[in-house]
Amino acid sequence: MIALAGTAPDATDSALVPSPYVVKRFVCETDDTFTLTLAPSAGGDALRFAPGQFNMLYGFPAGDVPISVSGPTWRKDVLIHTIRAVGPVTKTLAQLQRGDSVLVRGPFGVPWPIANAEGQDVLLVAGGIGLAPLRPVLYHVLKHRRRYRSLTVLYGARTPSDILFRQEIAKWQARSDLRFEVTVDRSDASWHGHVGVVTQLLDRIELSPLQTCAMVCGPEVMMHFTRLALSKRGVPSSQMYLSMERNMKCGVGSCGHCQLGPFFICKDGPVFEYPRIASVFSVKEL
Amino acid sequence: MDLAGLADFVAALWSAGYRVIGPTVGDGAIVYGEVRSLSDLPQGLTDQQEAGQYRLVRRNDDALFGFHVGPHSLKRLLLPPKERLFTTIRKGPALTVVPEQIPTEKIAFLGAKACEIQAMLTQDQVLLGGHHPDVQYLARRRNLLIIGTSCTSAGGTCFCTSMGSGPSVGEGADVALTEVISESTHHFIVEAKSSRGAELLSPLRLPSASSSEQQIAAQQVAAAAKQMGRTLVTDGLKELIAQAMDSSHWDSVATRCLSCANCTLVCPTCFCNTVEDVTDLAGEHSERWRRWDSCFHEDFSYLHGGAVRQSVKSRYRQWLSHKLSTWIDQFGRSGCVGCGRCITFCPVGIDLTAECATLQARHP
Ligand SMILES: Cc1cc2nc3c(=O)[nH]c(=O)nc-3n(C[C@H](O)[C@H](O)[C@H](O)COP(=O)(O)OP(=O)(O)OC[C@H]3O[C@@H](n4cnc5c(N)ncnc54)[C@H](O)[C@@H]3O)c2cc1C
Ligand code: SF4
Ligand code: SF4
Ligand code: FES
Repeated sequence: MIALAGTAPDATDSALVPSPYVVKRFVCETDDTFTLTLAPSAGGDALRFAPGQFNMLYGFPAGDVPISVSGPTWRKDVLIHTIRAVGPVTKTLAQLQRGDSVLVRGPFGVPWPIANAEGQDVLLVAGGIGLAPLRPVLYHVLKHRRRYRSLTVLYGARTPSDILFRQEIAKWQARSDLRFEVTVDRSDASWHGHVGVVTQLLDRIELSPLQTCAMVCGPEVMMHFTRLALSKRGVPSSQMYLSMERNMKCGVGSCGHCQLGPFFICKDGPVFEYPRIASVFSVKEL
Repeated sequence: MDLAGLADFVAALWSAGYRVIGPTVGDGAIVYGEVRSLSDLPQGLTDQQEAGQYRLVRRNDDALFGFHVGPHSLKRLLLPPKERLFTTIRKGPALTVVPEQIPTEKIAFLGAKACEIQAMLTQDQVLLGGHHPDVQYLARRRNLLIIGTSCTSAGGTCFCTSMGSGPSVGEGADVALTEVISESTHHFIVEAKSSRGAELLSPLRLPSASSSEQQIAAQQVAAAAKQMGRTLVTDGLKELIAQAMDSSHWDSVATRCLSCANCTLVCPTCFCNTVEDVTDLAGEHSERWRRWDSCFHEDFSYLHGGAVRQSVKSRYRQWLSHKLSTWIDQFGRSGCVGCGRCITFCPVGIDLTAECATLQARHP
């Protein structure tokens, strides 16, 4: 039986009630994707988060949706989110300008295993907007570079104009302490890089499978094929982590929407060690 | 306690500041409403229930709690069908959030059946057991006093004994009653189940029940346990369902299921909800409401592009497997208390006990 005693409930403690934030910066990344830098309207520090956690961002008055934090953990004054405009709420967020307000609640969810990955090769595999939730891991590993062995990022975008964080990627690619590979599904005249799905990049890199911690984020099919390719290269499934997505209304395990078999993705995930979700991962319409 | 004693108890609850809610008759069913006096209770009535059928009939005695369960459940009081969570006010570019006040009303529920109380404890785990307890639910729950009544007969779709949730009122109640009726007597065996319950009972100076009175009451409750309208074999069921995701049996249920969501709305443990934002024309004032939702609705699993659970088969499978299998993974207990409401209130009479028996027969 759940104990009911304890301090009296306080309306301002509700995880379902958001706090106002102000847009400090709005950056267009691509035609449909943008990055918001948000600071608490009331001043003070922003919410603390761990890489892989998400917030429910409320675009007034359309509603709220889960969006991962894409900025570095050490920026205590702001929250940075990178968002692809696909529907009512994200399109409302896309209309925001500097000085406008958004409502934020969070952070929610289980983060990427950055502590477990210490002493290992870190392999980040991202598809599309999936690069945004992985960017805080990249920042973290670069900041604590000596705690990790090699760092490899494999990133697939639909077309060259869909590539996120272009300038930052160019800087990362210039560094010698990480390898950052980009591929596109469909090329155009401007593109001289690799063309093909992200799993093809995986076939081209060297791997020490038993010492690799792989973190994968992207559409479910992309994660499916990445997982198979990693298995083929000998990476144990207990060293593969995936970030799952389902409809979310609450973020705290009380609305039921995000269920995937026995899991509430909002609180048991979104990041899962693959063996935990293996039995439900590819079940159709679950 | 005799009838006059119960009437005094109800009056005492009102004067202690409780709004007393309990079974009343409305729309041809037992529904929950205000109980100001014993005449508000469904005296002499019971409910006949079968798959897809519910009707009120006269009993051959004057029992006050001689019914089983109706379309309402305690979740209606604790997690209301619709409630406001906060209001947002826009002034220029600034947004202000005003959280909804914490509910303070004290409610005493009179006549909660054992399964009903177990269902409440099941919802407690969902809404209060995590890192972020639901403050509205917690406030209502703390202000709710429960007077349970053990069943002395079982309904046509009941299977609480299979689920270990009845018919005798156990933990979760503040006071437990057993109604005993014979030609010569109509009284209640009363038991305080919490200190709050004991405090409310003590001014009534009730005579203590003799051991033979207690024995007769216990025998009647035990008799109810032997009359269950349905049974569910739970041994190995959790694992069986988890392994039967691809069973063709889901297709067979889908040919009958209307995906109407009645089963989830009447189910006392189903907690799923969604939110809606209601904005005024000027766009300066917006209210966020939470309302009941159901995994039977197509847009429940909507992900940009379309629903994850498009087919009715996948939605019925979600419902049944959540109730009887994955709930155990999530909370260490079943999501079903065996109240039978989903069977009774299914317009086409789909019966989860029968569907499970078929699954068990097909996948031995
Ligand atoms: C953990 C997690 C992290 C995420 N991180 C990011 C991120 O960093 N960046 C990013 O861009 N995206 C991210 N997403 C995805 C993002 O949440 C979705 O793109 C977003 O919810 C889309 O919302 P929308 O309102 O713009 O569009 P829609 O998906 O079209 O609609 C959102 C909501 O509106 C309702 N709705 C809309 N249309 C319909 C309809 N036709 N029928 C019924 N209901 C409808 C649904 O209930 C739905 O939940 C993440 C998702 C999760 C689960
Ligand atoms: S699933 Fe059916 S029998 Fe079980 S608790 Fe819900 S309504 Fe009652
Ligand atoms: S059965 Fe469906 S509506 Fe009921 S709690 Fe489970 S997912 Fe929610
Ligand atoms: S988002 Fe509500 S339960 Fe997970």
